[in-house]
Order: sequence, then C-alpha cells, then structure tokens
Amino acid sequence: MSGLSVRTATLLALALIVVLAPVLFPSSFYYRVGALIFVNGLATMGLVILVGYAGQVSLGHAGFVGIGAYACALGPVYLGLPQILCVVLGAAISALLAFLVGRPILKLKAHYLAVATLGLGILIYMVIYNEGWLTGGPDGMDVQPLGVRELLKDYGIKVGSSELWYWISGVVLLVGAFVALNLHNSPAGRALRSLHDSEVAASTIGIDVARMKLTAFVISSVYASVAGSQVALMNRFVTPDVAGFIHSVELLTMAVLGGAASVMGAVVGATILTALPQVLTVFEDFEHVLLGLIMMLVMIFLREGLVPSLARRMRRSVS
Amino acid sequence: MAPPPPNNGRRTDRQGWHMSEFLQFLFSGITVGSVYALVALGFILIFNASGVVNFAQGEFVMLGGMITYFTYAAGVPLAAAAVFAIVVTCVVGVALNKLAIEPARGASVVALIIITIGASIFLRGLAQVVFDKQLHRFPSISGDDPIAIGGATILPQSLWIVGGALAAFLALYLFFARTLTGKAVVATANNKLAAQLVGIGTNNMMTLSFALAAAVGALGGVLMTPITLTSYDVGLTLALKGFAGAILGGMGSPFGALVGGLLVGLIEAMTAGYISSEYKDAVAFIVILLVLFVMPNGLFGRSALERV
Amino acid sequence: MLVDEINAAGGVNGEMIQLVMYDDGADANKARTFATRMVEDDEVVAVVGGSSTGATMAMIPVFEEAGIPFISLAGAVVIIDPVKKWVFKTPHTDRMACGKIYEDMNKRGISKIGIIGGTGGFGKSMHEQCVDVAPDYGIDIVAQETYGPKDADMTPQLTKIAGTEGLQAVLNPGFGQGPAIVTRNYAQLGIDVPLYQSHGVASKSFIELAGDAAEGVRLPASALLVADKLPDSDPQKSVVVAYRDAYEAATGEPVSTFGGHAYDGFKILIAAIERAGSSDPAAIRDEIEKTTGFMGTAGEVNMSPTDHLGLDLSAFRMLEIKDGDWTLVE
Repeated sequence: MSGLSVRTATLLALALIVVLAPVLFPSSFYYRVGALIFVNGLATMGLVILVGYAGQVSLGHAGFVGIGAYACALGPVYLGLPQILCVVLGAAISALLAFLVGRPILKLKAHYLAVATLGLGILIYMVIYNEGWLTGGPDGMDVQPLGVRELLKDYGIKVGSSELWYWISGVVLLVGAFVALNLHNSPAGRALRSLHDSEVAASTIGIDVARMKLTAFVISSVYASVAGSQVALMNRFVTPDVAGFIHSVELLTMAVLGGAASVMGAVVGATILTALPQVLTVFEDFEHVLLGLIMMLVMIFLREGLVPSLARRMRRSVS
Repeated sequence: MAPPPPNNGRRTDRQGWHMSEFLQFLFSGITVGSVYALVALGFILIFNASGVVNFAQGEFVMLGGMITYFTYAAGVPLAAAAVFAIVVTCVVGVALNKLAIEPARGASVVALIIITIGASIFLRGLAQVVFDKQLHRFPSISGDDPIAIGGATILPQSLWIVGGALAAFLALYLFFARTLTGKAVVATANNKLAAQLVGIGTNNMMTLSFALAAAVGALGGVLMTPITLTSYDVGLTLALKGFAGAILGGMGSPFGALVGGLLVGLIEAMTAGYISSEYKDAVAFIVILLVLFVMPNGLFGRSALERV
Repeated sequence: MLVDEINAAGGVNGEMIQLVMYDDGADANKARTFATRMVEDDEVVAVVGGSSTGATMAMIPVFEEAGIPFISLAGAVVIIDPVKKWVFKTPHTDRMACGKIYEDMNKRGISKIGIIGGTGGFGKSMHEQCVDVAPDYGIDIVAQETYGPKDADMTPQLTKIAGTEGLQAVLNPGFGQGPAIVTRNYAQLGIDVPLYQSHGVASKSFIELAGDAAEGVRLPASALLVADKLPDSDPQKSVVVAYRDAYEAATGEPVSTFGGHAYDGFKILIAAIERAGSSDPAAIRDEIEKTTGFMGTAGEVNMSPTDHLGLDLSAFRMLEIKDGDWTLVE
C-alpha cells in the first residue's frame, strides 16, 4: 500500500465511523460515550506523534490536558474571553510550556525522560490542586458553556448536549487525524520517524534531532490541550483529576494499546479504554483486575499495538 | 501564614532556628526517606538485571503490609505472618517475571512500562477483591513509646525502618560486589548475549532479581505499616516516590538508590517544615528535574555510551 | 438491602423499585458519564449518590437539565448553597461540623487554635469553612498546615503548629488514613493541648488505627456511632439502633456514618415517591422538598424551598474517645 492510500483510507474510515455510528445509538448516552472516545482519541493522537513517530515517552501528558481544561474554566471568569478563544489560549500556553521545558527534558533518555515528564505533569497537577482560590481546588470548578446550543436555539434548532459534543469532537478528531497523517508523510514526519529507530543515525544524516523532538513535543501538547478544553466545555465542570498521573497513564495506554505509531490505533485504543469501564460495570469489583490484565496481554501478544498487529496478520493471511 | 513561632522554652541556636524543630524534620525525613529507599532498591534490582522499570514495585510493598495484616489477624504470630507475607510476595514477583516480562522479551521500553503499569493495576484490583478497601495496621515491633533526642522524638519503629533500608542496601551491595551470582546478574544487565556466551543462565538471573525486589518491597511494607498504615492502594504513591529516588540516585547502584530515596524523603520533610506543606511533593520533583537537567544520568549514574 | 426489603413488602405504590447502581470512584468525569447513562439510558426517576463533592458537582448539570431529583451523599456546603431546584443532600455540611466543634471549644474556654488539614476534597473544603466561620465563634486560628492524602508522616507540620505561642487546641479536618496518622504523630510529639478530629473519621476503624493515641480526641459525629449510649428519651435512638442492627446483620461489619447517609437518602426518596403517588420526577422532587419531621440516622430532617438539607447543629453529637470507645460529651 502506498502512503497516500493509507492516509486517505484512514481518514475515510474515521469519517464513516463518526457519521454512521449514531445509527446504532439507542439513546443519547451513547453520544456521550462517543464524544468521550473522540476527545480521548485526539489527546492520544498527540501521543502517537510523540511516542509513535519520534519514539519519546511522556508520563505527564495529562498536565497539558489540565492546562486546556482550566483555560476554559478560568478564561471567561478572569479575562472575560469567549470560550473559543480560551481553547486557543490553552493551546498556546501548553505549546509555550512544552517549548520552554522541552529542550532540557528531551535531552534525557528513556527512563530519565519518563520521570522528568512525570514530574512535569505532577507539578502542573499540584498547582491546579493547591491553588484553590483560583481553581476551586480538589472539588473542581464550573465551566461556562460554549454557547453553541444557545446560538442554535435562536435559529430554532434544539440539540442535546451529548449529541452536540459528539459532532463537535468528531469533527475536531478528523481535523487532528488529517494533520497527524499529513505530518506522517511530510519530510518533517520522516525525519521524526528516523529518530524512533536511531537518534545517532538520524543526526549523522544531518537531522537536527533536538529540534525535531521539540517539534513533536509541542505538537502533542497542543493536541492534549485542545482535548482538555473539550472535556471541560462538554462537562461544564472540571476537577484536577484531568491533569493527574492516572490520566497520563490512561492516555499513554490508549496510544500504545491501539498501536503507538498509528493514527487509527489512537482511536481504537481510546475506544477500548473509554468504553471498557462502561461495559465492565457488570463486573464492578473486577474492573481493575480486567483492565490490568488486558493491558498486559495486549502488550505481550500484540506488541506493536492492536491495529498494526492485526493489520499485519490480515495481510499475512491474504498472501 | 502564621507568624514565626516565638521561643517558648525550646533550645535555640540562632534567632528563629530551633535545633529541636530541625531534628524533628530530620527524623521525619529519614523515616519516610528510608521507605522510599526500600522501594528504590527494588526498582534498581530489577532494572539492573533486565532494564525494566517495574511500576508494580509499590504493589510489592502493599502486598507485604496487607498479607502480614490478614495473616496476623487470622491468629498467626506477627513475625511468622511477616515472613509468610515476604515469601508470598516473592512468589508474586517470580510469577510476574515468568508470566508477563519474559514472554515480552524484546519489547520496547514503552511497552514494558505499560506491562508493569498493567501489572500494578491488576495487583491493586486483586487486593481490593481478595482483601478489602479498608485501612489496616498491626503492632510495632518494639512498641510505640517515642524516644526523645535533643527535644525531638522518634518512634522505635522508625529505627527499624532505617535499619531495614540499611540492611537491604548492605546485603545487595555485598551480593553484587562479592558473590558470583551477583556478578552474574550485573553481567546479564550489561550484555545479555555475552553473559549467555560465558554460560550464565540469564533467565534465572532475571527471576532471581524479581524475587529479591519483591522481597525488599514486602520487607518495606512490613516495616512501614505500623507507622504509615496500609490499604490496597498505597502502592502507586510509593512507586512514584521510589522511582523518583532511584532516578535521582542514578538508576544503577544500590548506593544511589539508598541516597536518592533518603534525599526525596528529606526534601519533603524540610519543605513541609520550612517552606510550605502544600508544595512539598512539588519541591521534590523540582529538585529531581533540576538534577536531571544538570546531570542527565542522576547523581551517581555513569553515562552509558550509546551503541549505534 | 433496603430495596429488597421494600420490594418484598410489595414495592412503592404497588410498583417495584428497580435499582441501578454505578461506582463513580469519586472521579468527576466518570460520575458525569454515569449520570448521563442513568438519565438517558436507564431512564431513572431519581438518583441517590455522589460520594465526593467533585463527583456531585459534575453530575448536577445533568440532573438539573433533565429534571431528575438528586440526593447527594457528599459533604460540602456548596452542593445546596445556593439552593438548586433538583439537588438535595443528607450529610451534615462541613460548615456545621466546624460550628459544632467551635461551640465545644467555647465551652472549654479555648479560643486560639491551630488547624492541620488534609488536602483531599473533604479536608480542604472543611478547612476553608472552618477558617471562614471562626470569627463567628470568637475563635482565633494561630497556625495552619496541610498534608497530602497519602502522606505517611505529619510530624514536621505538627511540630510547627506546636511551636506557636498561645496554642490551646488543634483541629484536623480530614478523611482516610491522614487523621489516624496525625493522631499518632500528635501523641508521639507529646503535644498536650486537646486534639479535635472531624466527622470525616466517623467509624470504629479510626480508634483501632490510632490506638492509644486516640484517647481524649473529640469529634462531632452523627448519633449512629453511639446508638447504645443515647438516653432512651432521645427521639433518634430507635432509628439509629434499628439501622445499626439491620446493617450489621446484613454485612457483618460495624456501621459507619457514610452508609447511614445513603440509608437516609433512600428513606427520604421512598417516602417522597409514596406521597407523590407516581413516578413522575417533578412530583417526587416537590415531595422531597416537603420532607418534614423525618428522623434519619443523621438527625431530624426538615426541608424547605430554601433549605435542601434540613438538618441543624443539634443533629451532631460531640463525642470523646475514652478507653477505646466513643462517649457522649454532653
């Protein structure tokens, strides 16, 4: 398969899923789960660029999700900004922070990088958690609505919150996928992917390794931030948990589960980890046991993640 | 916040600086730091042998405490319960290696991180089902009467924790430096293929290191529970702090793990005492970030030459 | 337990209750999703739950929009102040707990106190409320420290508080292992002014975990913990004794006040459904608001359009731990 057809095929498949899935939804609760999947899928795509393309790990990405979420919570209250600008503001702050700390952090290798990103995420979380006068502390704070539903109401269109966010997050996801897929095939993307295999080799053929890693880090922070803004606007309420370590691990797991180098994998990983708790309510007490088990089994037996592993198997059985 | 405390009969060396207060912060830092050091020692044991950062290390500590409590509550003497807990945790460690790490040989660093995080979630979930969600505690080894030193106090159990950390460090140091088996573990870590070629059973070495790491973790759980209490979910925080300590120390030598763990505990206690209790965890991570910026291989780590 | 009992007795208004249960894990995002699921998918007529304030606040917009009555089991006062049309709660507010503690301090002539608060949602909210209402009771807070929910040693913070001049008592708003460790550290340091805990430690396991160090600790709690020790004349006695016996028979575990709050919530809801004579959410909401003279495990509930909690300070009992057991102070 040529690169172009993978890109087109992925985008088409995603668009079809977004458009056709609602046919199967028995109630608007499913729109809510769908929206959550798309939002998580977007944040996970950011990690695909960082982990899958550039081969760098981040255990603190939820910190950027938190920045995006709290930008929408605080922006309207303290700066009087409309929500859409707050999303941009959050993304800008995330990008700036990633740019500033990225250089020293990304010099570190494997596990040292893991602990440094972990520390970064925890620091962001702690500021949100501790500065209760600003952020409402652990009990969280209200978020003003985006205003789209009121706008639509003026035109006589009534949509439920879950339905609306399903479509918004679905479109944003498609845009994110488009950007990520284009990056994959651009010269910059190829340079990034060369880091994944060997940084030393990449630098000997004249690639500015540090700059490429930084680029990936900044882009992925923007993905996470926009995802965070959407969660805040969708829930109209936000707690520091969005920036917590557990959430970072969830995002990384989604990326690796689906296939860290695959845009489609990001969506598949997000789907599994988002829908799983809803399915597992039947098993209640065993939810965590099963979740841990699934994480281990996939990584042991489908090492590259679900999508690439399954794709290879299918290709093999065809030939 | 509060104005600086006036001198009400405490020993003061300088204006506003109380010896007894400092000692209390020091004792607190050493106690908590020793717990972190025990976790960090477990981390580097497995890392040295296999290059895997085992995020389930905190769950070993949890198992040590929880199994001891439930065995003790069932009427078994405390010492026997503790030994039983350490043995069972060893078995869990070996099982983790055999069932999850060995089959994933050759997987990427990220994949291995996910596997051990999965193992940690799995063990935590299992503990919640097998045991319960309550907090538990069992009696201290030498009672709860505090020992007064220079106007500050320390619990006998704290001394046990510090002693446990030192003993575990010494044992590992001697093991790696003096015994053939220990050297074999180091050789396995340095170059697996070369180790195999000179006849070292590298699989056995990995199993051994998982067993030892689980034992050190469970020992930590047994020693700390009388002071810190335990429940099914204590592992995560400990793993994060212990991991930070191991990285600070340089992720390689037992000495680095001991010093790194103690440093994280001391930074936390001193920050809580002198700066702000809200940001004590933050200061610990800021120090780690700064150290890594200046010394990318930690305080005592050797920089490895990258193979192309 | 309660649902089986009611259905066995023929249900409410001749209809069986169907219970839908989810565990929000005190996670706001998860709670929000489950709230949507209940409203949209399970089509519930009323909801009891939300154990943490964050989870409760995240669910409120869902129920407010759908018009489903919601009885929260979380502590913070922000849930019902300002009053929200569809939201009620059964536990005493943290603000009331502060008031009850300060009343007791006033009786003992204590006016200068230190606060060491947990930074979990419960501890942080109560810490703020206690600072807020302190002037009303003439209480002067001379030292404030905090600790994290998973911290293992609070001696540095307590050492700082103990070094404050004129300190007469220390208050520890918190939840989970923190209060037990604070109490043990307190004894270790030999601090000799009284220690007050909050209603967050309200179960027997606290005394076991804190051991001898818990002796003399005072805290506000619901009557449930001292069911046996209430005088027979107490109107709440029969309610709490009945609940305790039923709970312990069903689970084999000692009661905690949290189970009591859920029990109260269900009782209020069932009574409201009966009075409404239908399963129409709006009718049920109106009847919940009219709840008066209901004697629950937390105290007598008298709701009104301006009060969606309906408890007053008398619902709290001041307890002191003596010889490893609760005793009534009054």
